[in-house]
Amino acid sequence: MISLTVNGKLHQVDVPPEMPLLWAIRETLGLTGTKYGCGMALCGACTVHLNGGPVRACVTPMSAVAGKSVTTIEGLSDKGDHPVQRAWTEVDVPQCGYCQPGQIMSAAALLAAKPSPTDADIDDAMSGNICRCGTYQRIRAAIHRAAALKKGGA
Amino acid sequence: MNALITRRALLRGGLAVGAGLTVGFPVARGARGAALAQTAGVFAPNQWLRIDRDGVVTIVNSVPEMGQGSLTTTSMIIADELDAILDQVRVEQAPANPALYKNPVTGTQSYGGSRGVRDHLAMWRKAAAAAREMLAQAAADEWGVPVESVETEQGAVVHRPSGRRLLYGQLVDRAQQVPVPQNPTLKSPDKFRYIGKPVKRRDTPEKITGRGIYGTDVQVPGMLVASIERCPVFGGKVKSFDATAATRVKGVKHVVQVSNGIAVVADGFWTALQGRRALRVTWDEGPMAQVSSTMITREYEAAAKQPGQVARNDGDAEKVLAAGGRVHEAVYQVPFLEHACMEPMNATAQVMPDACVVWAPTQNPGGTQATAARLTGLPPEKVTVHTTLLGGGFGRRGEQDFIVDAVETSKAVGAPVKVMWTREDDITHGFYRPATYNLFRATLDASGVPAAWFTRMVGPGILIQKGRAQAGTIDAAAVEAVRNMPYDVPNLRIEWTNKDLGIPLGFWRSVGPSQNGFIIESFIDELAHLAGKDPYEYRRALLGKSPRHKAVLELAATRANWGAPLPTGHTRGIAVAFSYGSYVAHVAEVSVARDGAVRTHRLVAAIDAGLAVNPENVKAQMEGGAVYALTAALYGRITIDRGRVQQSNFHDYPMLRINEMPVVEVHILDSGEAPGGLGEPGVPTVAPAVCNAIYAATGRRIRTLPINRDELKRA
Repeated sequence: MISLTVNGKLHQVDVPPEMPLLWAIRETLGLTGTKYGCGMALCGACTVHLNGGPVRACVTPMSAVAGKSVTTIEGLSDKGDHPVQRAWTEVDVPQCGYCQPGQIMSAAALLAAKPSPTDADIDDAMSGNICRCGTYQRIRAAIHRAAALKKGGA
Repeated sequence: MNALITRRALLRGGLAVGAGLTVGFPVARGARGAALAQTAGVFAPNQWLRIDRDGVVTIVNSVPEMGQGSLTTTSMIIADELDAILDQVRVEQAPANPALYKNPVTGTQSYGGSRGVRDHLAMWRKAAAAAREMLAQAAADEWGVPVESVETEQGAVVHRPSGRRLLYGQLVDRAQQVPVPQNPTLKSPDKFRYIGKPVKRRDTPEKITGRGIYGTDVQVPGMLVASIERCPVFGGKVKSFDATAATRVKGVKHVVQVSNGIAVVADGFWTALQGRRALRVTWDEGPMAQVSSTMITREYEAAAKQPGQVARNDGDAEKVLAAGGRVHEAVYQVPFLEHACMEPMNATAQVMPDACVVWAPTQNPGGTQATAARLTGLPPEKVTVHTTLLGGGFGRRGEQDFIVDAVETSKAVGAPVKVMWTREDDITHGFYRPATYNLFRATLDASGVPAAWFTRMVGPGILIQKGRAQAGTIDAAAVEAVRNMPYDVPNLRIEWTNKDLGIPLGFWRSVGPSQNGFIIESFIDELAHLAGKDPYEYRRALLGKSPRHKAVLELAATRANWGAPLPTGHTRGIAVAFSYGSYVAHVAEVSVARDGAVRTHRLVAAIDAGLAVNPENVKAQMEGGAVYALTAALYGRITIDRGRVQQSNFHDYPMLRINEMPVVEVHILDSGEAPGGLGEPGVPTVAPAVCNAIYAATGRRIRTLPINRDELKRA
């Protein structure tokens, strides 16, 4: 049994310690918002927050998350109204949407660390997240917008 | 009863006139013995929409949502023509039922070719207009006033002289009795509330919260998850396998042979992967094990020395080229490409003795139903297909291989099974955009315009390989955007040679034009420079017979300030093409670093897609097409060694990332023409615009994709 907190709730999961966190989240806990894209930390579709920082769940073994706190896209906000999510809506970012939970988790982590990110900061923080539909221009605009929304007391 | 007869007559072919409602309507037997076409309390004049007594409008979207915005666009069109309130309509995805939901142009319930709006607009408008007229008639009957004196607005019928008003929900029962009009009057475009206006996507909330269900997210009670070990060589077969170690992995439930390999069926994906690693399979690799990229290139080169089939022949290009003038010759080559949808292939099936259910992220619900019916022996109507959200499509998800995986595996183990592919499975077992080899020859007249132009294309034909075009004919997909190239050349000869060495081929976002736009728009650029002319003006002068090409070219050039000074080291390139019903031009602004790294700073796009139903989505699709095309231009290359794909994941098959993203500006030219496609037309002109800018910067002509930065290095 491995215990960890996911979206504020303590879970005991009976999975092998070498199993990547991604599969425990998706298949054991049934939280399917976090996506599989590559299995090698190359695309960022599986990005979640571990103790507040972004990690790729597809290469993070369960042994490394025991006793820690994980936030997935489902736990980012209660009503889908995190400033990043609001900005994503305003800018009409998603197309197919498959990569967007990972993009949003990376963006939320960026804004938590840097409330006013520059374009270079965005490049650094977001270049690990592939979007095959090509929504990058809108992601950039939405991150700037989310920064403004956050400052506006949102 | 009258209403029903009318409806049935209509559905046998009355209403259509090229616009659609020729399809059947589900007729249920009602309690009163009469044939009732609809559920009590639900007004459903056709398969595209229904309204209940609470006024809830449900729109049925037949076009799978793969990111192109069909959920939004379909509902915009129907809500507008119905005079419903867009924000309040519900949309559901159509089941597989080609009799009801087939694309009226292609006749199949399969979606590609950027056909969502352009093939369905007229039919959906007519379906919604019929419903709107029936609701108006119902209200007029209720009030005892002539129907001409009532009008509809935002979910209600109003009678202005008396100030009376009834909501659609209040009219449901009466509207059910109204005959379906044969020729409903469509709204005049100035009355559109949604069509032509920027509308935000309706699927954003589920896509930013993780609630959206893609194929990979499907969960069915009792479901197992499988991963399939496939022969690394195309077409290889299982000779023997040893599942002893695999079945010992805790959580592995079954190991079964299916057509595409050995399926390890487990309680979860990761467990299935552990089982798969423990599997021992001996393959009969078959003849494809002899095929490699170098061999394919050699075969292409040899074939290019021989005459091909003539795809177009205006004047006498061969004679003019042989006349002794200076002949400019170039060879253009493009590689195989894989789609790399973000969501790897997957499908879930539950095969039961008397029925089958498939959940799939598919572009081809009709094909999915047919495939499952064939594999189970069930009649198609016993196969239910739920089309989930698609994590990218790009043509890949029209194929049936991942459907076969799920249906066969479920059938073999007697339980619902989700078959999931790894990224490696996805890249090594795709259906690839064909690699081609293209020989160009041209000669210019004294004024610098082409006197003769010859193109000999060599490569495989997707349609022929798939049995959708006859062997020995010219594959329309292979020559598209070359055969119909827009420039005014008096002596023009296009040849094509089918050289298919067996690599599985597929439709890759913009298909033939994805590569043919590159070769044509690069070669015309070569001729412009050869003539000492400005590449934009040179094209313009040759587009006299192609006014829509010319108009987008001019718009892109104007908006990009063609000819105006740029920062040091920056250059521009331009390209124009027609594909999938739309005209697109791009101007790229590029710089090339000393180490050969190409940076695209800005892409200015102009598109004439006729009626732009959702201009915001036009922009999004053009932005997306630019990224898809830039990825291919800079990185895309699938190579084959001994019948195996050599790339496997995003480290060796890289994608454009946000730090390489240019600014993309999209300018929409409203030509007032019928709608064209959007998903694909943004791709073909990007690579040539970028490569033409590279030529302007470096004097190096890129004739082989992807761009080789080593060739662009400066000492």
